[in-house]
Amino acid sequence: MSDENLVSIDKHIEAHVNVPGALMPLLHAIQDDIGYVPESSYSKIAKALNLSVAEVHGVVTFYHHFRTHAPGKHILQICRAESCQSMGSEALEAYVKKTLGVDYHQTTADGAITLEPVYCLGNCACSPAASIDDQVCGRVDVARVNEIIAEARGA
Amino acid sequence: MAIKIYVPRDSSALSLGAHKVAANIQAEAAKRGIEINLIRNGSRGLFWLETMVEVATDKGRVAYGPVMPKDVVSLFDADFISGGAHPLNLGLTAEIEWLKKQERLTFARVGITDPISVEDYVAHDGYKGLKNALAKSGAEIVKEVTDSGLRGRGGAAFPTGIKWNTVLNAPADQKYIVCNADEGDSGTYSDRMIMEGDPLVLVEGMTIAGLAVGATQGYIYLRSEYPDALVTLNEAITNAYQAGYLGDDICGSGKRFHLEVRRAAGAYVCGEETSLLESLEGKRGLVRFKPPLPAIEGLFGKPTVVNNVISLATVPIVLDKGGKFYQDFGMGRSRGTLPIQLAGNIKQCGLVEKAFGVTLRELLYDFGGGSASGKPIRAVQVGGPLGAYLPESQFDTPLDYEKFTEIWAVLGHGGIVAFDDTVDMAKMARYAFEFCAVESCGKCTPCRIGSTRGVEVMDKIIAKDDHAKNISLIRDLSDTMLNGSLCALGGMTPYPVLSAINHFPEDFGLEKGQVA
Repeated sequence: MSDENLVSIDKHIEAHVNVPGALMPLLHAIQDDIGYVPESSYSKIAKALNLSVAEVHGVVTFYHHFRTHAPGKHILQICRAESCQSMGSEALEAYVKKTLGVDYHQTTADGAITLEPVYCLGNCACSPAASIDDQVCGRVDVARVNEIIAEARGA
Repeated sequence: MAIKIYVPRDSSALSLGAHKVAANIQAEAAKRGIEINLIRNGSRGLFWLETMVEVATDKGRVAYGPVMPKDVVSLFDADFISGGAHPLNLGLTAEIEWLKKQERLTFARVGITDPISVEDYVAHDGYKGLKNALAKSGAEIVKEVTDSGLRGRGGAAFPTGIKWNTVLNAPADQKYIVCNADEGDSGTYSDRMIMEGDPLVLVEGMTIAGLAVGATQGYIYLRSEYPDALVTLNEAITNAYQAGYLGDDICGSGKRFHLEVRRAAGAYVCGEETSLLESLEGKRGLVRFKPPLPAIEGLFGKPTVVNNVISLATVPIVLDKGGKFYQDFGMGRSRGTLPIQLAGNIKQCGLVEKAFGVTLRELLYDFGGGSASGKPIRAVQVGGPLGAYLPESQFDTPLDYEKFTEIWAVLGHGGIVAFDDTVDMAKMARYAFEFCAVESCGKCTPCRIGSTRGVEVMDKIIAKDDHAKNISLIRDLSDTMLNGSLCALGGMTPYPVLSAINHFPEDFGLEKGQVA
């Protein structure tokens, strides 16, 4: 972990130490900032919040949203839930995996895209849905997902 | 005077390009020297027409949709700012049949107002409920809510007033109001639409809940998959503080209520109330044993009201118009209205708020217009991933908690996902177990182990391996999960599984009508 990241983690710990139920907001702040929650930060977090390292590890790994390693430049999520399945998301998933050459939870060789499954984006009226970073996309077909991938690779 | 133009900021509209439409309208208006006031409203809930742009005219608001970014120039050419004729012109919004047939109480303002403007909110009957509540005692507020017959809209349908009464009567130095905004069910998006389209109604509902039970702190536990809702909620909360509707002295009454949004982190099980509380406390979202009830020992061990977004967002109208007014809608013990969400393979997906009693068939065909693919609708899952699959023969069931219980189904949060005749129900049953395995918190064995074994046994059934024996094994496993799980995740996974086997036996290699 770079010195820069260590400094920003200290900053976030300081900002959250007195918040009731601080751990979740703190983990979000760290991940929003540097993209993941490094394992090397657990002991610092644990000490500041009067927890054990095991407790911090337990929380980080319990939630699908938190990751312990740096992701690719962009995160592409494909919805796997029922509504999207009813509109053909399975074929879309297969296409995306093949096109990117990765499975879920993996990052493309060029480091541009990390592929993740998601179980509902609340965009069920416009299935199948996907999201790129924080932007939700609706009625995603092969053409649309190609656009999304191209944009992500270009940016 | 600047012309008012509305372009939704609802994330489904954004997913279809609403930001780009809004940007193009701004640019084109500037180019033509037309002064406009662009308002980013919520969605009216007609998603097949998004991006739906509205213009305020002398006759009322005129709608255009679905507008693509490339259509903007032609809209200006057609003088849409005066409601001009254009192939996308839908007429007066208020006259759209799909909206006229609804009974919008909780969603009264969604799509109409500027979601983050307190002024606009108040101009459209907002904060009337709070004003009434401020003149009442806690017990009187609770009575009004009890009289309304409002039941928890998250899915469990527990009477809201009774829950509040328990918290009211639990003595404590600190109590909490927690809003469950972890809307994880596939096919549901009404919470999101409220939070993005009329967040102040939720803020008001939570404030009233605080006054009712004597809680001074509220938390909205919002799923991390809703980044747009997070922004809208935070803007609305900031504005409510500034206008004196939140804080240490609400409307000069000397009463206090503070509110904060907390982000979840992608765990479906945290929609279960005790798991949610664990998460808010900064722990893994493990389900707690009950008792003690959260109403007695909830967040940080204090008495806590945990209610769904829609339940809390319905409280303002109950306090505004009275419990009796709300109670007059509905059927049987299901009082009031339900915001129903049409999703999946449906031509006209969207938000339909109707009094209880409307049938699935009316929703699927009159509102939904049938399937999106044009093929027959074969199966419908109501109430999210833990809801039963219903065949066509059950489409005349009215939406009512008790009527659904009679057919071994649930209404849940009012999400309806339709599948056409290409669906393979054995695959859907397998998926139900798979989802449960991914999302299980791991505390109880039936859910943690049962879900994984369920996937394995379903794989054997799909491969036609020792078929009859494995079907009976699935039934046996489902029975264990139903009766032995700690919460609804493991306890209701058998609903989609068994309903799929019972209603669609042919997909499991059984004869139609044959019950293994």
